[in-house]
Amino acid sequence: MNGADAPFFSPASDIDLLEGQAVNELIASARQAYPDVDAALQVVEGNLLTTTIDRMLNLGRKYSVWPAFFGLACCAIEMICTAVNRYDIARFGMELFRASPRQADLLIVSGTVTWKMAPAVRRVYEQMPEPKWVLAMGSCAISGGPFASSYAVCPGANRFLPVDIYVPGCPPRPDALLYGIMMLHDKIMKSSIFTKAEAAS
Amino acid sequence: MTAPLLPADVAAKLEEHFPAVVVEAGDALVVEPAWLGDVARFLKESPQFSCDYLVHVTAVDYMDYFEVVYYLNSIEHNHGITLKTRVWDRDDPVVPSVVSIWPGADFQEREVYDLVGVRFAGHPNMKRVLLWEGFPGHPLRKDYLWEQV
Repeated sequence: MNGADAPFFSPASDIDLLEGQAVNELIASARQAYPDVDAALQVVEGNLLTTTIDRMLNLGRKYSVWPAFFGLACCAIEMICTAVNRYDIARFGMELFRASPRQADLLIVSGTVTWKMAPAVRRVYEQMPEPKWVLAMGSCAISGGPFASSYAVCPGANRFLPVDIYVPGCPPRPDALLYGIMMLHDKIMKSSIFTKAEAAS
Repeated sequence: MTAPLLPADVAAKLEEHFPAVVVEAGDALVVEPAWLGDVARFLKESPQFSCDYLVHVTAVDYMDYFEVVYYLNSIEHNHGITLKTRVWDRDDPVVPSVVSIWPGADFQEREVYDLVGVRFAGHPNMKRVLLWEGFPGHPLRKDYLWEQV
């Protein structure tokens, strides 16, 4: 058998046939491209929001801290100024100063607490539903202020209340009170339903 | 402006009705506590003085004695007099009450009792008005000490 008579094609071996079959099958099944792996997420995106229960609750609490309508001394005047339109506490969802402590979340101890008044302050706090926060406003509520050594003045609201935020000043300007409220917002955002004691101070 | 009466003049007038009740008539008219009620009623009801308005009641601790001070004014004559009385018993100082003469003295006498500890005999409701029941002592006394809380 010379070269001219030799067949142009050699007979295919089995392994070659298997290989060709596999390639052809793959080609037949590859008419359509696979969809992108995150295509399902692209459908969800823009339509769904994922969050945690903590964050959702905290956002709700943060933007609806209703203070109790409760003033003790000159600091209460600054607190009222904070509520009116010049400083506008309504920006934080706090414009509802509740006349009943049962509808309030935040007790602003705004002024000097005398020992004779302290049981009433404590009763207001105890009537507030959980979660609740206490903000000590001004030197007197923090430490008794200039009256700290008096026989009639309680040296600091933290003697009978768990205080979350201290706002110094005599009295603090509305700006300072607003800053204290924003610090309270930060504190609320850091709280968790799993650490209830911390969240409710 | 309310014109102050000269205590000496008032004392001279009082001598006619109540001999030997005036202790001192310098800056103010000081009378014996036993006669305070009579003198006060006279100053209120006599047409010459007509001190129908009790401005203020207060008390001072001089350590030796307590001095209870009454500022009296007359609406009609627009004049005033400072009436004082001294009580020397430090353990149980008692002064007659003037509530029956000037009802406005009610709370002020209670405040004096509350802070200085002078009792007012004949007061209808002699108890503390500012401090709470059970408060130890009377804080405006000069020898008052308290424990820092």
